[in-house]
Amino acid sequence: MTGNPANALPRLESAGLDGWMVRLFEQIDEANLPWITALARQCESAFGDALVDLVPSYTTLLVVFDPVRLSPSDARQKITDLLVELEPDEHMGTGQVHELPTFYDPSVGPDLDRVAEHTGMTVAEVIDCHSSKTYRVFALGFAPGFAFMGLIDPRLECPRLDTPRKKVPVGSVAIAARQTAAYPTATPGGWNLLGRTSARLFDREREGFSLLRVGDEVRFVSVSREEFERQGGDTTPMEAAG
Amino acid sequence: MTAQRKMESAIRVHRSGPLALLQDLGRFGVRHLGVTQGGPADLYSWAWANYLAGNPWGSASLEITFGGLQLVAERDLDIAIAGADLGATLDGQPVPLWQRITWKEGQKLAFASPVSGLRAYLSVRGGFAAEPVMGSVATVGREQLGGFDGWGSKLADGDRLAIYTPDGKPAEGMSEAPDDVRMDFRESPVLELLPGAQIGEFTGRSLYDAFNTWWRVDDRADRMGVRLLGPKLQCRIGSLISEGINLGGVQVPPDGQPIALLNDRQTIGGYPRLGALSPLSASRLAQCLPGQEVRLRACGSGPVLEHYRCFLAGFRP
Repeated sequence: MTGNPANALPRLESAGLDGWMVRLFEQIDEANLPWITALARQCESAFGDALVDLVPSYTTLLVVFDPVRLSPSDARQKITDLLVELEPDEHMGTGQVHELPTFYDPSVGPDLDRVAEHTGMTVAEVIDCHSSKTYRVFALGFAPGFAFMGLIDPRLECPRLDTPRKKVPVGSVAIAARQTAAYPTATPGGWNLLGRTSARLFDREREGFSLLRVGDEVRFVSVSREEFERQGGDTTPMEAAG
Repeated sequence: MTAQRKMESAIRVHRSGPLALLQDLGRFGVRHLGVTQGGPADLYSWAWANYLAGNPWGSASLEITFGGLQLVAERDLDIAIAGADLGATLDGQPVPLWQRITWKEGQKLAFASPVSGLRAYLSVRGGFAAEPVMGSVATVGREQLGGFDGWGSKLADGDRLAIYTPDGKPAEGMSEAPDDVRMDFRESPVLELLPGAQIGEFTGRSLYDAFNTWWRVDDRADRMGVRLLGPKLQCRIGSLISEGINLGGVQVPPDGQPIALLNDRQTIGGYPRLGALSPLSASRLAQCLPGQEVRLRACGSGPVLEHYRCFLAGFRP
């Protein structure tokens, strides 16, 4: 080993009395995910009842434990032991490829024109570019079931809106910088809206609640208005939807 | 377990007030889905209210913020109120806090406005009853989760609140909290902060300022987080790749004003952090009114952990 051991990865950083931040990587990369999901699974079995929560993200895994059952140093030792033997998962996330039927249209994707203008593409090219790639879920956050996916084609890169919208309708498909997402619930949001998916992204009655998990693969499939409505999609235009 | 217990309507909401939320311990094992923790912003007072009411750890209480709430009992109830003094009265008579009392059928329990602290916890013997969503009744309006209706809705005038019928046996344990555990939230607290990984990225001057300033609580303070006003803290890194944030995490956005993140925080975020408040210091901060002053003190985990374990040992089975 060379270099400064204090900066070597992976490393554990204090995240309060009952948490360790496991920093595995420096940069965002799809190749990070099978390592992060593998460590998350192993923490579940190694910590058992003493595990409170796990929050995987682009380059890290936050491990929250019960500080009555486990001291911070014992928790640290458990994680360190797991890291020594860690092998990446063969399948990331659930190993599924999700196809999200998406109605790309200015009525439900009011930023299509803005993105076209910003990128110098036609609207049709923007749609084609966004729907032709398979994306990876890097993290869930912001709202229940909200999946940060990427990376989108660099030609599509577009900054967030200067002023976020107060309410983005459920199912809205959006891009910002090199990432894409679909809004599981109506929330405020500053991403560029391209269309709407009929997929139910978050369902409290469903086993596992969230359609998408960290590591999953996702494709947006362009569908017609008729097909979108047939699948239960809501075509209420953006203005009326608020 | 809880499903077999009998639920009955026991309280009528006369005036819903600005903010009264049903809170059990919170929602756990779902943060990887982007679902926030929820639960009592002041765990300490919530635990005492339930304990004094004779309820087991984890029972649901009402977290009453600012005051304004008025409730009428529809039958005799044993209750306890702990946490903030919001000038509560029973049919106009001041209600003693931090002890078990009887709330008679027909009496109106009214919360006025903050005298000391910001959030009062009302526990009813038996516990408030609601159907858990994702394992908890904790109310998070933003996520449309929890509460009496399961959709995170606010209370409305005329609502009827259900409780689990107590077992009929007299409540065990102490009925009155010792003086030394009752908090006076008017004092300016010193909050324990466990330094985090980015603390070395702050300038020397900023680190001095961070721990030697009386920070003023901003108006921008809610269950997601509390912003502190004071000298501008400077960090050599402007943002991080988003990562999980634990309860009490103190993040510093580019404007240099720290924000301590509480129960309803977003699950991931990308600002550098000074570290994390201890759970009991996060509880204490949640009782601070805008304008109140607080200080941060850097601590090692040893004594803080001992103190926290000692607290939990008194309440948790």
